[in-house]
Amino acid sequence: MTAETRAGWVFTTPALAAIALFFALPAAASLLLSFTDFDIYALADLGNLRFVGLDNYARLFGNPLFWRAVRNTLWFVVLGVPLTVALSLAAAVLLDARTLRWKPVWRVALFAPYVTTLVATAVVWRYLLHTRYGLVNYALASVGIGPVDWLGSPTASMPAILIFVAWKTFGYNMVIFLAALQTVPQELHEAARIDGAGAWTRFRHVTLPAIAPTVLLVSILSIAGFFQLFAEPYVMTQGGPDQSTVTILYFMYEEGFKWWNLGTGSAVAFLLFVMIFGVTLLQLWFAKRVAPQ
Amino acid sequence: MVREAGGAAMKARAILLNAAAVVVALVTLAPLMWMVAVSFMAPGEAAAFPPPLVPAHPTLDNYRTLFETYGIGRYFANSLLVSSLATGLALLFVVPAGYAFAKLRFRGRDRIFQLLVAALVIPGQIGMLPLFLELKALGLVNSYAGVLVPWLAGIFGIFLVRQYCLAIPTEMLEAARVDGASEGAILRRIVLPTLQPILVALALFVFLGSWNDFMWPLIILSDDRLYTLPVALAALSREHVQDNELMMAGSVVTTLPVLILFLALQRYYMRGLLAGSVKG
Repeated sequence: MTAETRAGWVFTTPALAAIALFFALPAAASLLLSFTDFDIYALADLGNLRFVGLDNYARLFGNPLFWRAVRNTLWFVVLGVPLTVALSLAAAVLLDARTLRWKPVWRVALFAPYVTTLVATAVVWRYLLHTRYGLVNYALASVGIGPVDWLGSPTASMPAILIFVAWKTFGYNMVIFLAALQTVPQELHEAARIDGAGAWTRFRHVTLPAIAPTVLLVSILSIAGFFQLFAEPYVMTQGGPDQSTVTILYFMYEEGFKWWNLGTGSAVAFLLFVMIFGVTLLQLWFAKRVAPQ
Repeated sequence: MVREAGGAAMKARAILLNAAAVVVALVTLAPLMWMVAVSFMAPGEAAAFPPPLVPAHPTLDNYRTLFETYGIGRYFANSLLVSSLATGLALLFVVPAGYAFAKLRFRGRDRIFQLLVAALVIPGQIGMLPLFLELKALGLVNSYAGVLVPWLAGIFGIFLVRQYCLAIPTEMLEAARVDGASEGAILRRIVLPTLQPILVALALFVFLGSWNDFMWPLIILSDDRLYTLPVALAALSREHVQDNELMMAGSVVTTLPVLILFLALQRYYMRGLLAGSVKG
């Protein structure tokens, strides 16, 4: 063995061992665990553990709260992804304008929410969205919209959390879009301008095609993010009102660490993975069909 | 004449554009500014309509209560300890691996790396329940070792370091080898100095990530004396839903350190973010 080969193994083994032990093994074990009735009794004595095949899955499919969690999560994804992608793209286009001054200042200001602590800002937003004293309803009142019970009514709770998540995350996508916008050739813009194309036409026919791969990347990242909502409902609504903000991960947490049904919880985790993976594949397939290269 | 009119229109557009940026930035930062303002208000002052925007008589009472009655200083220290350890350990595990995957030739290297990149699509939460059982078997539940374990396995960090190491000229490494430098010395004296910017970015990612992390510490820590700031804040906010001023002060204590750190090092942060996400 040469010194280089030996160093290669010495340098990679600690990280690979950690990944195998604390990432790969648990992820694989999740599938196995989902075929067992691992609960609080098995936690006390492994002798109580039984193999139950697909029972956990069958029970989940018969559990209305599970379907509620799936439906809520899908709504979060369907509404949240276009919202955050559109917001971040609009912000990026604004910040990319040639005549804009102090660009780094605006970029940092819009990115700041992304690095803040989620729990702390969820607490802040719970207060901002307060029915009587919140700044949001105050702003709405000034344009004549009556008080909205953001976190107390089942129809407003999801939009409320969406607003919070959009505020928190759009800066991240914006920075990625800004980098992509810089790669759009200026000559194309100039040529379109000379042809008399307005700002919207140029955006639609020059900018958008050029950054299409980035739009795909950002939406894949956002979808994975919205599928993993947990702390937001945990802090802001505790899944309520009327279970309107129970997400899949929130359901998994309660199933696993509140009721100690680790077998069922693992089945939820595995189904969540299948969903994220499936949607990502679907997107890639769709992208290939729309833009065959 | 025509040109002048065009110039004036351009100027008006530019002013409008700059004004739009100011408004968007203000709206984005408003929640954070209000958080700070309310944290200085007297208890109960913020429960009024219209909501007060600035404290009538700024006071540090909320902060005093947090530290004296609720011992938030301990949680702050806990978070600082956990995040510092997570950062140090993650760098120790990730950096040599990223370098090796880029520059050292050994059998199976590329296949292993492809596997790692493929594994990036698997969210960490998938294995949380088995990981909990695994750590319970190892006796690490309710300990900081248990909190830190996921940060050792940072595939994204390995990917990031590897991307930067690819740019290091191989001739430089070969020359050092001819001169008799050991592989460890090459890593320390040649590779690490050239990686400095990306190491700052990576350290910042891990520090902010572990500081802000919520779900895993919530699961693995049961002794409230060990809680990190977000877990303690979530617990506190469940008991004190009505104490807005106190909760805003708690939010300030939790978010301010990471905001300051980010502002000080944002150049490195952005560079790392872009290196990791935009490729083609």
